[in-house]
Amino acid sequence: MFHGFGHLLIIGAWMTVKLAVAGLVVGLALGLIGAAAALSRFAPLRWAANTWNTLMRGLPEMLLVLILYYGTGEVLSRITGEHVTLSAFAAGATALGIAFGAYAAEVFRSALLEIPKGQREAALALGLSRRDTFTRITLPQVWRLALPGLGNLFIVLLKDTALVSIIGLDELMRQAENAANFTKLPFSFYLAASGIYLLLTFVAMQAIQHMERQTNRGQRKAA
Amino acid sequence: MDVVSNLLLFFYDAIHGGYSALCRAISQWLIELVGSSGAEPWSSFARHSYRILMGVGLTVNLIVFSSLVGLVLSVGIALARISKHKLLWMPAYAYIYFLRGTPVLVQVYLIYYGLGQFAFLRGTESGGTWLWDNVLSSPYWCAIIAFSLNEAAYTAEILRGAIVSLPRGEVEAAQALGLSRVAQFRDIILPRAFRVALPAYSNDFVLLIKSSALASTITLMDLMGATRAVIARTYMNMDFFLLAGVLYLIITAVCIGGFRLLERALSAHRRASAPQRRTGVQTA
Repeated sequence: MFHGFGHLLIIGAWMTVKLAVAGLVVGLALGLIGAAAALSRFAPLRWAANTWNTLMRGLPEMLLVLILYYGTGEVLSRITGEHVTLSAFAAGATALGIAFGAYAAEVFRSALLEIPKGQREAALALGLSRRDTFTRITLPQVWRLALPGLGNLFIVLLKDTALVSIIGLDELMRQAENAANFTKLPFSFYLAASGIYLLLTFVAMQAIQHMERQTNRGQRKAA
Repeated sequence: MDVVSNLLLFFYDAIHGGYSALCRAISQWLIELVGSSGAEPWSSFARHSYRILMGVGLTVNLIVFSSLVGLVLSVGIALARISKHKLLWMPAYAYIYFLRGTPVLVQVYLIYYGLGQFAFLRGTESGGTWLWDNVLSSPYWCAIIAFSLNEAAYTAEILRGAIVSLPRGEVEAAQALGLSRVAQFRDIILPRAFRVALPAYSNDFVLLIKSSALASTITLMDLMGATRAVIARTYMNMDFFLLAGVLYLIITAVCIGGFRLLERALSAHRRASAPQRRTGVQTA
């Protein structure tokens, strides 16, 4: 049915999943840092975080991917004096993570603001360290509040992985492109690729819903 | 029909020629301003500014046309989506699900590269078809089609949400006034839904601006395509990517500003009521 290209599509899909997860990890870290900076008491840090998040949300993801791949290679080469390039996977995951993080910072920020101040004060009064207060009291609750927003962003991230095919990473889109060029059946292979993307987004949405149910176990339903 | 298409072509050529002349003038001015021995990257920016500015023009062109076509399509799709008739809501649901669940890049490739697979569309036996020769073999029209279809799916979903969220009483009031079903939608529900949907639509519009960069993957010289073409000649990756980034941010900022103004204009009734209340307190 796929003229011997079926297994390549599956290998590509696996690469897409790995890329999405790597982008998610980078993005969650950047988003948390961005949210912490945006809520900081130090005004220049707040200003820098807000500017960064606004700018990164306005740039096309494709431009981010190209900057991270070609641009940083050029800058690194200029600094080190040798020919250095980021791998397509690292550049892609970072670029997608930056785009994810800029939106996620806003999700985390509003989630952090939702948590009553008294909880933090109570934890500190009980003698927990600031770090324990954050990791054991604040963060688990932030997670619950941020999950729906982050889930939507992950679906966007999953679709944006297709852009990394432009810099030559052999993920699903690139494999479909190769197969389409070889077999001269572009419509069939791009349709197959879109079917796999639909499947991936469907599975991701199911997983997110499952996680939402898990984290909301103890919560009372609203009316 | 011929008169209309000739008139449209005339306007298109006039706008295109005018914009091209403007870009050339700006480019000349920039080159003189920086001078031939100016510091990099500014002198390269000036030298390639014509191409980049033409790219900005094509990007704006793609955004404007596909958002307009998308908006028109989205009204029909949203109405079909909220219908109770299976033959209406099920195709609309599938359409929205497919276009929102797959990457825009796949959609662009499906239309530009994919449709060539079908011999009847190309008319390889009948010696070519009008549709293929004039529309489907052109990357510009393929980009417009892909972006319009994609935009229509996202906007339809926003519009559906807005229609569903309207207070039930407003629809009941329209029914009580004896308005026909068509008049209810045309005069009451849709105008109200557009106002409610506006903030979400402006977010969506920013996504359209960002995905318009994908036009460069099917050989179009939009802002992204022009930037990549210039980089292929100058090898100045970072400088020109950053320039493109600044230009994209300007386009986005202008559009967001435009939507803010529109929102203000459409909520004039709220602002107008505030001073009245104040004078009421003074007289009392």
